[in-house]
Amino acid sequence: MDSSTFFGLSTVAYVLSMILYIFYLAFRNNQIGIIATTFAITGFLSQTLAIATRWKEFYDLGQMGFLRAAPLTNLYESLIFFIWCLMLVYLIIEFKYRNRSFGAFVTPVAVLALAYIDISGMSRNIQPLVPALQSNWLLAHVMMSFIAYALFAISFSTGLMCLILRTERRNETAYIFWTLMLSVFVITLGAMGLDFLKFKLVVTGQEELIHNYLFKASFRSGSALVSALSWAISIAVTFLIWRFGHSLKKIIEGFHLSAEILDDLTYRCIATGFPVFTLGGLIFGAIWADQAWGKYWTWDPKETWSLITWFIYAFYLHSRLIKGWKGKKAAMVAVFGFLAVIFTYLGVNLLLSGLHSYG
Amino acid sequence: MKKEKGSTFIDKIWDMFASVKFAVIIFAVIALTSIVGTIVEQQVEPEKNIVVLTKLFGESVAPDIYNILFKLGFMNMYHSWWFVALLLLFASSLIICSIDRLPRILKLVNEPIHPIPVEHLGKMTIKKTLDIRGKIPDIKQTAETALKAAGFKPSEAPTGNGGLQLYAEKGNLSRLGVYLTHISILVILTGGMIGSFFGFNGYLQLNEGETSSVAYKDPTTPIPLGFEIRCDNFEVYFYGDSDMPKDYKSWLTVIKNGKEVMKKTIEVNDPLKYEGITFYQSSYGTGMDTDSGIFVLRVSSKDGKSAEINPMLNDKFTIPGTSITGHIKYFSPALALDPEGRAYTYAQQMLNPATYIEFTEAGTQKYSGWFFRRYPNTWILPDGNKVEFVNYWGVEYTGMQVRKDPGVFIVYFGCIIMALGLYITFFMSHRRIWVDIARKNDNIKISIGASANKNRAAFEGKIEKLARILGAGPEGKK
Repeated sequence: MDSSTFFGLSTVAYVLSMILYIFYLAFRNNQIGIIATTFAITGFLSQTLAIATRWKEFYDLGQMGFLRAAPLTNLYESLIFFIWCLMLVYLIIEFKYRNRSFGAFVTPVAVLALAYIDISGMSRNIQPLVPALQSNWLLAHVMMSFIAYALFAISFSTGLMCLILRTERRNETAYIFWTLMLSVFVITLGAMGLDFLKFKLVVTGQEELIHNYLFKASFRSGSALVSALSWAISIAVTFLIWRFGHSLKKIIEGFHLSAEILDDLTYRCIATGFPVFTLGGLIFGAIWADQAWGKYWTWDPKETWSLITWFIYAFYLHSRLIKGWKGKKAAMVAVFGFLAVIFTYLGVNLLLSGLHSYG
Repeated sequence: MKKEKGSTFIDKIWDMFASVKFAVIIFAVIALTSIVGTIVEQQVEPEKNIVVLTKLFGESVAPDIYNILFKLGFMNMYHSWWFVALLLLFASSLIICSIDRLPRILKLVNEPIHPIPVEHLGKMTIKKTLDIRGKIPDIKQTAETALKAAGFKPSEAPTGNGGLQLYAEKGNLSRLGVYLTHISILVILTGGMIGSFFGFNGYLQLNEGETSSVAYKDPTTPIPLGFEIRCDNFEVYFYGDSDMPKDYKSWLTVIKNGKEVMKKTIEVNDPLKYEGITFYQSSYGTGMDTDSGIFVLRVSSKDGKSAEINPMLNDKFTIPGTSITGHIKYFSPALALDPEGRAYTYAQQMLNPATYIEFTEAGTQKYSGWFFRRYPNTWILPDGNKVEFVNYWGVEYTGMQVRKDPGVFIVYFGCIIMALGLYITFFMSHRRIWVDIARKNDNIKISIGASANKNRAAFEGKIEKLARILGAGPEGKK
């Protein structure tokens, strides 16, 4: 069996576990929960095997040091690794806190990333390394960045849940903020799902195809009617989430998850992710850039955006430690921080140009 | 924090810089302007950005917006005076905030822990009480051993009635970790400033065999190196038959006062350093000076007569056994065709070498066309004769990034401090513990109170363990 078989297996398992986690949240049936966890673990294990196999395949092909053959060299591989980190952190939390309801918030992030891989048609081939990537810093820099991203993703989920629990009135800023975020999330997932259904046959191409396929089945459709309808549906979805957001609160409350635990978990993920990100993402990145490009900091879009992300999380930590921000305000910053992470990771590569174009 | 608002002008400035609000505003302004800098491509020709601005704002206003942004320095904003000023404001805010809060933190660090009344222990964030049988000295012994095992050095104070209190703290210096992190940012900024004032970033393109004593900041500004650098050889290796370079290397020699002082082969990720100047392998190409390039062609007639020849550009040759003459007119290291079928060179690297040959017989033009080294189907002529394009030996050049940065060690030093500071800040905590042992009727009452400024849960676990050890003390448990 080669790596793609295991990747396929893990994708199926993750999608099933997401559906089951959501059912579990809705029906509070313990058996469903156990099956959901089983699928999540199966997915995680087969993904681990897949990454290991791919590493081996890459090593055999590349004629280079084993550590340099880490499969972390393009957008596809980095997304896969991000999902792996995310699920690892999630499973640790599930076992430590003996609570599965986070699953319904974390697995969609993983599935969103998988869907994105599928519809963007990004190249999954094992590509040989360009000279700039042939460095021992690759493993340390990329791995630590993604561990941090995964922790930030978890803080995003817990932050969002914390906001759901803490808000009372429909007209308060925090309530509007979280319903809007959740809507954007749901709508993006939905639109990507449509893209996937419509274009799955033509997915062959390269990363440029992102421009040609993303949202082409909905917002960016050639037909004005479909596009207008998509916007109308989006607005309707946003309104529904805003109108009935409180029922989510009841569901989460049913799981005895207090806002304090969520708040604490958000803080802990950021307090761990921040130093890892600083060291692995910024410092190691700078050292590597110094060796490869002759400049440790060039204000390249990727660098600038990671600095902005770093600022936001630094702000989160300071607001909490100095000003004592907790609950709603802090959670909003955490959610906002993850948007910056997504942009640093994907947006920069899609929309801006720069040296750091591997993923 | 200041207890009263300062009255003098300097006090007001100080208070402003010391306020978190001010720091946040600077943070936000740096972040927002940086975003503009990532959208507007930096230091490129104007056309590129006008295209971007046209997409965003429409054709009519794009040139005006470009001009405004240009005047504001946004086309090279990270080096503009106002962005540097913002960074300096950020640094000042950081320094002043730190000084402003330092006395309070120092008090927390230096103030030794002292015994506290047992009633207060019940109000601590971590607390535990237990009643056990036993003798105070034995229990004290057990508690002391357990505390020492956990890394504390307990002090002891009598509390009257034969009771006593053990108290200890550790990691009080960890409260300074955040200062280390803040100082590291200042160190890195200082290193960056030193680098940009006393260093340079340049570029040098050397043909194989060529020597230079300067690098170039831009094509018209040479910077003397203080020595000479020669490129002895350049090689590029590809992955199989693909265009994708696996590795490229330059063999360099440093010459100082006419003597060869250093030789090194550089490649991407492995530069050469001499007298504070570093040469990084960054690109390569085939010299446009095609006068010295040599073709390797195998020319054969349709009846099988063949010859290998080594002409140069503009040379003429004859196909063996015929009177057909070929004239090598053009060469491209990387030829492609645009949608209209016109040929153009897409790179300076030998990615798809091609040569244009014109054939004549007895003074009349027969046929002409492009011959690609990589595509044998282009080698066959309409009349069945054949010109195999075997190779092209051109002078290749190596492109190097040349840098002098006296600040880079300071930046590295700052990075190390930052890593250390972050570790202390996030993974160590100031932990304090009090264990009060008192007689209560026939039993001994142990009250434990503790606090940690970070990661309380882990410390709580330790306290639980301590309580278990004490509960299972020398005289058995209750």
